Amino acid sequence: MTATPEKAAAVETVSLTIDGTEVTVPKGTLIIRAAEEVGIDIPRFCDHPALKPAGACRQCLVDVAAPDREGNVRPFPKPQASCTMTVMEGMVVNTQHTSEAADKAQKGVMELLLINHPLDCPICDKGGECPLQNQAMSNGRTESRFIDVKRVFEKPLALSSEILLDRERCVLCQRCTRFSKEIAGDAFIDLQNRGAMQQIGTFNEDVLNFDGYEPIGVAAEDESGKAFSSYYSGNTVQICPVGALTSAAYRFRSRPFDLVSSPSISEHDSSGSAIRVDHRRGKILRRLADQDMVVNEDWITDKDRFAFAWQNLADRITRPLVRGEDGELHEASWPQALAAAAAGLKAATTGEDAQGAAVLPGARVTLEDAYAYSKFARLALGTHDIDARTRIASDEEQAFLGATVAGSGLGVTFADLEKAPAVLLAGFEAEDEGGVVFLRLRKSLGRQQVFTIAPFLSRGAEKLDATLIPTAPGGEGKALAAVKGSTAASEALKAEGAVIVVGERLAGSPGALTQALALAKRTGAKLVWIPRRAGERAALEAGALPGLLPGGRSVTSASAVQTVADAWGGTLPTGPGRDAAAIVADAAAGKVGALVVGGVTPSDVTGPFAEALERTPFVLSLEVRRGEVAEYADVVLPVAPPSEKAGTFVNWEGRLRGFATAIPTDAMGDHRVLDLLARELGTDLQTGSVADVYAQIAALGSAAKGERPEVPKVETAKVDAKPGASLVLASWHQLVDEGALQEGEPYLAGTGRTAVARIAPATAVAAGIADGVVTVASAHGAIELPVVVTDGMADGVVWVPTKSPGSWVAQELGVEPGALVTVKGGVA
Amino acid sequence: MTESDDVWKVNRERDGQAKPFESNLPQAGPVGKIFAPVAGFGVTMRNFFKPTVTEQYPEKKVAPMPRYHGRHQLNRYADGLEKCIGCELCAWACPADAIYVEADSNTPDEQYSPGERYGRVYQINYLRCIFCGLCIEACPTRALTMTNEYELAGPTREGLIYEKQDLLAPMGEAMLAAPHPMVPGTVDDDYYRGDVLKVVEEQTEWVRENRPEDPTLPENRGMHEENPEHRRSEHSDARLNVARHQTANTASWRGGSI
Repeated sequence: MTATPEKAAAVETVSLTIDGTEVTVPKGTLIIRAAEEVGIDIPRFCDHPALKPAGACRQCLVDVAAPDREGNVRPFPKPQASCTMTVMEGMVVNTQHTSEAADKAQKGVMELLLINHPLDCPICDKGGECPLQNQAMSNGRTESRFIDVKRVFEKPLALSSEILLDRERCVLCQRCTRFSKEIAGDAFIDLQNRGAMQQIGTFNEDVLNFDGYEPIGVAAEDESGKAFSSYYSGNTVQICPVGALTSAAYRFRSRPFDLVSSPSISEHDSSGSAIRVDHRRGKILRRLADQDMVVNEDWITDKDRFAFAWQNLADRITRPLVRGEDGELHEASWPQALAAAAAGLKAATTGEDAQGAAVLPGARVTLEDAYAYSKFARLALGTHDIDARTRIASDEEQAFLGATVAGSGLGVTFADLEKAPAVLLAGFEAEDEGGVVFLRLRKSLGRQQVFTIAPFLSRGAEKLDATLIPTAPGGEGKALAAVKGSTAASEALKAEGAVIVVGERLAGSPGALTQALALAKRTGAKLVWIPRRAGERAALEAGALPGLLPGGRSVTSASAVQTVADAWGGTLPTGPGRDAAAIVADAAAGKVGALVVGGVTPSDVTGPFAEALERTPFVLSLEVRRGEVAEYADVVLPVAPPSEKAGTFVNWEGRLRGFATAIPTDAMGDHRVLDLLARELGTDLQTGSVADVYAQIAALGSAAKGERPEVPKVETAKVDAKPGASLVLASWHQLVDEGALQEGEPYLAGTGRTAVARIAPATAVAAGIADGVVTVASAHGAIELPVVVTDGMADGVVWVPTKSPGSWVAQELGVEPGALVTVKGGVA
Repeated sequence: MTESDDVWKVNRERDGQAKPFESNLPQAGPVGKIFAPVAGFGVTMRNFFKPTVTEQYPEKKVAPMPRYHGRHQLNRYADGLEKCIGCELCAWACPADAIYVEADSNTPDEQYSPGERYGRVYQINYLRCIFCGLCIEACPTRALTMTNEYELAGPTREGLIYEKQDLLAPMGEAMLAAPHPMVPGTVDDDYYRGDVLKVVEEQTEWVRENRPEDPTLPENRGMHEENPEHRRSEHSDARLNVARHQTANTASWRGGSI
């Protein structure tokens, strides 16, 4: 962490009087915030601390008097909106508590708001937690004088499959439209019409009543058409001060008094967003954003918010399963199942012709689980064959991570990203792969230069006003090397606080991480690695990689091995282990005796994973649900989903994001199951409780000098862009897609972007493709998608989403991004 | 000598001689003393000549007062749609936490109540209910009222958790069983104001098309002569036998869908 050069200037303050109480606040503070400082609550709807002032609802009217030029304190002629007026030295503010005029004004505004607001609180989802309901009671008239017919709209209006709008209930505070424009950048909804008919909505020609005239210009469009297709749309439901915006998933499900709220951490991405889990009788009904100003501020992605149904689908397993004589899985007791698992693992690891066992924990693990997997593989199974990276990965990446990321503590933070004058994204899509990282970057829109090394300018990058450095996968190394001299990116990155963000996909581009390190050295910019899954960083810290031990220690460093062996009280295997790709390939060739598989979805893995599971004599699966791995598993041990266990996610910053059990059940976390299993094998891992694991990790600390792997020095691969039939495949996961943790939530799935294949105009012409459906084929298989010819895209590249509907790259094409594929117009 | 004996002895010594018991009541005279052994029967004999208050329950059942707080009932509109909208205000008001409600959305294919929302799960736990009637006061649609039924005892705890089908009011003469569409041209407010007075032909047609076997259709009426009393006891039996997903006290939620 580098100290900022400028000293924090003394904050200029202003003193004023609110309700007779003297208060001193920084200059530029709004009256409503100054009042909060001294505990005076002014009713409000449109005001939100994270949004710009609007003064739309007029509920916060207060009496204000301010000194004139001569210094005489003179009252404003009319009450003023306290959410738009900043404080002034010597100002005297009287709220509804001390001023009759303010109180009368507020009651009047409330009466006007309630004129068209239906009294359908009993059927409204907001009932019981509704600011309008509460403030109508505290600051409203007891009797309504309105006797006419209320305005009615057809309801609900579906803005997307997830977000529903009841226009009758809307008080036009514009929190949702301001959020969409200012924070998310998805201006799909806006105010339409005027006067009494003013309403929120998506672009709707019927409402706008063009009366035969066509709208001028073209509305910003994306592949999803007109829907409110934002990855952050759920936040509008949470900030809506009335029940106008509701989510289809929670609609009519429960009441706030039914719910038990538990703070937790989202398991969906590496940001570690703070969430609130609301559950009733052991069943999660909704998740909300929790405020955490250092990480996710007030916002979370729709995936964090809505994708929780997977934990309790019908295929959830709560009892161990053991494959019987008949070849079927049968429920078994824990002692039986543990004995069977231990016997299978023992057979694979002991004896003369033992082929050994390998561990694939998956990258959705907590720190405790990752540590237990790491210790289990090394001590109980006697192997370094463990790799949590069941994605595109390389030895270069492992060396990079071991040398610069693992055990380095808190590095670049969200705040650093926000403050950075320039950001270079390489192999990383902030919106699709980063979630709330995108919101932080977008917060600095206009103050920050963003460069992105990508095949095309994605919608997320476009919203960041990013400059595209068009690059085909595999060419990232070269592109990073080219950021030098007087190029705009190079100049920008030389500014104090600039950040280079590298994503996990750079592992697929030989030499790219080497070049990223060189670029960071050359420009002085800070370098940060942001992976996609929640457990990537934890796996790294805990040494759930073949060449790494906890704390970034290399398995090839004798002193590091000795330190860990001493701490663990055992002997560690010698020599480096195989990585995930090698494990899968060897297992498919029948050269692995046993596989221990954690949260890995076979359809996410490139390579012959199904074959590997089939040909391995003994497969042990630790899973929440009876998934695809269970079909091949000999023993399945049920583990707890995140809501039913305590643990710690480590986010990409290196920040520990601990969470407690939200729903207490008898389900056990992976670390505890592995502890029991190791005992059955005759090894005491001492990972039975979170506290035990914590104590061990703290005692181990991070690597000493010289114990880390060498910084990678890999030659950048030569990419030959062959024009013609073969194109380079580019791909990444879209935020809302068909990932295993998004199953069972059709409303969320409906907000995902339509899967399309993208190619550059010149490439399209060369391949004779105009529009319609194209077939992207590899030696393994093919996928058919509608094609979008994308301007500014790198030539010789075809992009498809990694796991969107109809586009499961790992399963259908069987190749990783960077491979050559053929693209033909029409359906094969 | 035990300690307590010692204490008594000390007390006796302190109080001097123990005095014989003397009553504070007025003492009867000589005649009174003669009749004293049979005077106690006076009350009994006097009551031989008074009207009897004993009720011959359960041989002879007596109707309680009209506003007696008995078992709850979920009412219906005149066309058979349910009044309950699943708002949970009854559950909110309940001081004994005896009511459990889960709401859901009405769909064009399954319209149970007017408007968008209906109560999908409705349970009252009569082991907890204290019959205070606060739920009745809270109900915004008068869906929940109380009947005069007071025979609320049973052999099992599960059996005393009444489900929605046990609580729903019996179908009236001209009612059509839900789900079916609302009266065409009406909105939920018309129902709340009491403007819907009978089943219309479109609704009957809809049910005829979707559930031709429905016993509440005019042509099917009389085919299954149903005694509401009998119907409820059937459900009670079912409750005892069938494994249950949702009760107020058990947590058999895991892996199951509610």
